[in-house]
Amino acid sequence: MKSEYPLDYRIIAGLVRTHASVLDLGCGSGGLLQLLERQNKAHVQGIEINDQAVYSCVAKGLCVLHGDIDNGLVDYENKSFDYIILNQSLQQVRNVEAVLAQSLQVAHKVIIGFPNFAYYKARAQIFFRGRTPVTPSLPYEWYNTPNLHFLSIYDFIAYCSRHRIRIEKMFFLGSSRRLFFLPNLFAQTGLFLISR
Amino acid sequence: MKQANAALGIVETQYATVTEKLELESGEKLGPVTLAYETYGTLNHDRSNAVLICHALSGDAHVAGYHAGEHKPGWWHDLVGPGRAFDTHKYFIICSNVLGGCRGSTGPGSINPATSEPYGLRFPLITIGDMVKAQQLLIQYLGIGRLRAVVGGSMGGMQALQWLHSASGRVESAILIATAAKHSPQQIAFNEVGRQAIMADHHWQDGNYYGERRPLKGLAVARMVGHITYMSEVSMLEKFGRQQKDDKDPFKFRADFEVEGYLQHRGDSFVKRFDANSYLYITKAMDFFDLTAERPLQEVFRGIGAKLLVIGFRSDWLYPIWQLQEIVRACKIAGVNATYCEIDSTYGHDAFLVEIEQEAHLITHFLKRVSSGYTAGDVYEI
Repeated sequence: MKSEYPLDYRIIAGLVRTHASVLDLGCGSGGLLQLLERQNKAHVQGIEINDQAVYSCVAKGLCVLHGDIDNGLVDYENKSFDYIILNQSLQQVRNVEAVLAQSLQVAHKVIIGFPNFAYYKARAQIFFRGRTPVTPSLPYEWYNTPNLHFLSIYDFIAYCSRHRIRIEKMFFLGSSRRLFFLPNLFAQTGLFLISR
Repeated sequence: MKQANAALGIVETQYATVTEKLELESGEKLGPVTLAYETYGTLNHDRSNAVLICHALSGDAHVAGYHAGEHKPGWWHDLVGPGRAFDTHKYFIICSNVLGGCRGSTGPGSINPATSEPYGLRFPLITIGDMVKAQQLLIQYLGIGRLRAVVGGSMGGMQALQWLHSASGRVESAILIATAAKHSPQQIAFNEVGRQAIMADHHWQDGNYYGERRPLKGLAVARMVGHITYMSEVSMLEKFGRQQKDDKDPFKFRADFEVEGYLQHRGDSFVKRFDANSYLYITKAMDFFDLTAERPLQEVFRGIGAKLLVIGFRSDWLYPIWQLQEIVRACKIAGVNATYCEIDSTYGHDAFLVEIEQEAHLITHFLKRVSSGYTAGDVYEI
């Protein structure tokens, strides 16, 4: 049953404590939250901008708030949640720095997953073909991408060290398994557990 | 879904009278108080499946089904019935006409036992809190300790909010649709135009018109203003455009445009079923409603264990999205378990009566979640 879920979901579920409170920013149709609710017995809450995705969350019996991430965090009191999750959504928010800072304030720990722009196939597409890369983790064309920010695994690590954000754990993901060798080159996705 | 088409059939309004006097927020006492109500479905063995639907300004207890001899069903017919969002196989649905109303509950048109004449303006000022107090008596009368859900759109949502405030221990969940924790000056302003139209009608006579000619013109104008605020610019454009009526006569200032005809028709049909004084009393109750009472809304919400479903409509400019977001914001701060959904509708405020499909989806699943929480063996204090 477990293997039905994608690798990033399974890793995230492994990071979240049992009975923890979780806020998923950009929760989509709620697949991850449903997993955390069932498997981790977590108290989950999502924020999602897409109408249809919100309806799907409600159909899953999830607690979801319709709205965007950039304006979604300001209201919460400090340490309202054990975890905030930004899985494949950080690169789509307008103000990354504010969202990161607020997330670290509102939750004890933050879990972040993003597509690695420095993945070697992306590099090759720019270098050899002179084209904006399209990869499994960055599946969009330049004209229809929802992504506003493009970052690599090294970018994120550097950002954390500059802003005194503690990286507690990091995972590098290929299309179906974890990677350990030259992650900034070979990983399609970076997944981080951070705290302040 | 064959089941969804099964209707409730013929339903009947019932009446409950409380002989002891109801102490109102104003300090005045009112009694005896009669409430007109309808119920659908069956109360289960442990009396835990009751859902209270609260109606809006011009609504009544007749939510669903048909009254004998009538062809028009109740005002939320498509949401209530076997297999519908408010599934009468699962829930015991209650709706009562508000205190101060004119559809069977005690209001300014009722007989004042002290004078044996209609109350008129001697009827005390009532509040949303008083309406809810009366509903609580009805729930008690029906032998119900705790509601599975209290639901309402517009003024009905205000009542649901009031339930959360004054009887949160008796409410497991609330569904708040196109409503506000307090009226904005714009909302008060439109209500005031309606009231002034009624009072400017010379038949109004300081509310003493019972048994004589009623202020129908004024009430119709009030309803016309109301209907403008219930629609959106887009929905008016789509429904009427600049279409002119076949029987227009521009030199007589009759209804030349379709939109004029529509508003006049709405006004004229409204006066057949509504009392002008009730309109005055109820709109004042809405305008004075302020759940926050100069406290931050989150303070009001703190400690509320009920689950909330909040629904807003993007084209609703009478109860704009920000008023619902304000409620959601308070839920976030207070840690209240809330789901919020903005429905993309062009129908304006009317959307809460019209966008049945989306509402049904949200309500069905929300009530399922609330109900599953119940059977999971949670402990509730009553």
